[in-house]
Amino acid sequence: MKRTFTYKLSIVAFLLPALILFIGILIAPIIMSVIYSLNDFKAISGSDMTYVGFRNFIELFSPELVNEKGALYANVNYMGDALLNSLLLAALSTFIQLPLALIIALKLSKGIRGERIYLSIFFMPVLISTVIIGRLWMNIYETNGLLNAALDALGIKQQVFSWVSSKITSTKMPFQGGWTGYKETALLAAFVPILWQYVGYHMLLMYAGIKGVPADLLEAAQLDGCTEGQVNRHIIIPYIKPILKVCVIFAVTGSLKSFDLIYTLMKDTRRAELPSTLMYKLTFLNNRYGLGSAIAVVLIVLCFAFAMLISLAFRDKGEKVS
Amino acid sequence: MNENRKLTFSTVLVHILLIVLVVINLFPLYWMMTFSLKDNDEIFGGYLKDDAGKAILDENGEKIPVERNMIGLPRTWRWSNYPKALNTGNMGRYFLNSLIVSASAIAITLIAAFMATYAMTRLVWKGRKMMNKFFMLGLTIPIHAALVPVFMILSRMKLLDTYVALIIPYAAFSLSMGILISIGFMGDIPYDLDEAAFLDGCGVWGIFGRVIAPLMMPATATVGIYTFLQCWNELLFATIFVSKGQYMTLPVGVQQLFGQYTTDWGPIGAALAIATIPTMIVYALLSKRIQAGFIAGAVKG
Repeated sequence: MKRTFTYKLSIVAFLLPALILFIGILIAPIIMSVIYSLNDFKAISGSDMTYVGFRNFIELFSPELVNEKGALYANVNYMGDALLNSLLLAALSTFIQLPLALIIALKLSKGIRGERIYLSIFFMPVLISTVIIGRLWMNIYETNGLLNAALDALGIKQQVFSWVSSKITSTKMPFQGGWTGYKETALLAAFVPILWQYVGYHMLLMYAGIKGVPADLLEAAQLDGCTEGQVNRHIIIPYIKPILKVCVIFAVTGSLKSFDLIYTLMKDTRRAELPSTLMYKLTFLNNRYGLGSAIAVVLIVLCFAFAMLISLAFRDKGEKVS
Repeated sequence: MNENRKLTFSTVLVHILLIVLVVINLFPLYWMMTFSLKDNDEIFGGYLKDDAGKAILDENGEKIPVERNMIGLPRTWRWSNYPKALNTGNMGRYFLNSLIVSASAIAITLIAAFMATYAMTRLVWKGRKMMNKFFMLGLTIPIHAALVPVFMILSRMKLLDTYVALIIPYAAFSLSMGILISIGFMGDIPYDLDEAAFLDGCGVWGIFGRVIAPLMMPATATVGIYTFLQCWNELLFATIFVSKGQYMTLPVGVQQLFGQYTTDWGPIGAALAIATIPTMIVYALLSKRIQAGFIAGAVKG
C-alpha cells in the first residue's frame, strides 16, 4: 500500500497541471520581467532587444521620461509621482478606511437587530465591477455632474469653487468644476469611490473575525465589569490581529496595484498617475516594453516588501517569523 | 450578548447611523437606475423630446421646457434606453464572453487545484510542504508581473484576441487561492476513506476520482465563487489581451460603450444597469456563500 501513495510518477502527474499553469504564467514571467527590465525594445517580438543595464530604472525615476519624439513627460518625475500617489492612497486606505470598517464591524457583531442585512448591504459594492463604479463617479464629478448640482442646490457652489481655486497651484486656470481634472483634487476624488466600494470588504473580514472570539472570553470580561470599550480594546482587537494584518496587507498592496478605478474614472490619468496606469501607457501606448517591465519589477518588489514589513509589524513579541 | 437587545437610546443612535450608511451605500445604485430611464433634457433641464430625440411642441408650436431632475424618479420612464444600450452596445455578446471565460477559468482552476492539493495532502513524498509554500507565493504576486511577458508569448503564439488569452491567465492567477482553500477542505476528509478504497482495489486515480473529488463539493462552491468574482470584473488583462469586440468581456465592453455615448447619460446608465443587475441577483441568492468565499480566502491567507 505504501508504494501506491509514494509512486513518483503519479505524484508528478497530479502536480503537473498546477505546476504548468503556475510556472508558465506566474514564475517564468517574473524572471522574464526582470530580464526585460534590463533591456530596451519596442518590437513585440523582442527582436530589437538591446541590453541597457539599469538604464530603464534610472530613466523611470529621472525627470526626463522621454520617447524618441522628445519629451513625453518633460521635467516631471512621473514614476516618483506615481509611487507617491499610490503610497498616499495606501495611507488613506489604512488610516481612514480600515478604522471605519473596524468601528462598524465592532458595532455590528454585538447582536444589533438585522446585523446580517446591514452586513450584506455594506458588502454589496465589492461585487460591482470597478468599471461601473468608475463611470458612476465620473457622472458625479463632471462639470455638470451630481456633486456640482448638489453644491448649486445648497447655494455654496461659488464659495466652494473659489476656495478650491485658491488651493490649486499646478495650473493658473481657475477651478471649473471638473473634480478629476486637477492634480490637487483628482487623487482624493478617486479615493472616495475606493472607500465606498471596499469598506464593506474589510468590514466583512473583521466581522467574521470578531464572531470567532470565544464567547466565554467575552462573558468573563463582562463579569469582571469591563466596559464595551475595554472589551474591544483588550480582548477583541488583540484576538483578531491576524485578520487586521491581512486587511492592512490587502489595503496597501491593493493601492500599489490599483489600476481599474483611475483608468475608468479619468480621461487623463496624469492627474492621479499610479504605477499601473503609467505602466499601461508606457508599455502599450508607447511600446516601451523594457520601461514597462521595470515598473512591473518595482511593483513586485514593493508588494513583497510591504507584505513582509506589515507581517513584521504585527508580529507578537517573541514570536518567530515563519 | 443577545439579552442586550433592549431599545435603549444608544442602540437607536447606532441604528440611525447604520441606516445613514445604508443610504450612502445604495444611493449610487438608485441614482444609476433613475438616470438609466431619463434623457439628458430631463437630467440637466431642457426641452421635452420624444424617444427619437425630436422636440415635442405644444399647441402653439413652442418647445415645452422641462425642469432639471437629476436625482428624482424619472417623469417619463424611457425604457427605450435599454434596447439602445443592448443593440449599439452589443452587451449580450460581452455578457456571453464573460460567461465563457469565467466558466472555463473556474473549471481549469478547480481541476488543477484539486489535483495538486491531493498530491500535497494525501500522497507521501519529501518536499510537499515546500511545494505548498511555493504555490502560496502566488498570493502576493501582482498580475503586472505577468503583463508584458504573457502579452509577448500570446502574440507569438497568435493567441491574442481569443478566449484562451484570458482563460489561462485567469486560471493561473486564481490557482494559489484555489489550493489554499482546497487544502483546508481536503484535510477534513478522513484518511480512513483512502485506505478503505485502496483495500477495495482503487489506485490513486480511483481514490481521487471516486472518493475525494465527490467529497469536495463544498470546496468547489467556495473556490468557484472566488474564481468567478476574480474573472468577472477583471479589467487589466482583458483590456490588453483582447481588442476585438467579438471576444471582449463585460468590463471592457462597457468601457468601450462610453466612447460611443460620451454625453448621453440615459443609454450609459442602461448599460451600467444591464451589467450590474445579474451580479446583484446572484448576490441576493447566494450572499452567504459569496461572503464565505471571501472570508475563507482572507482568513487563511
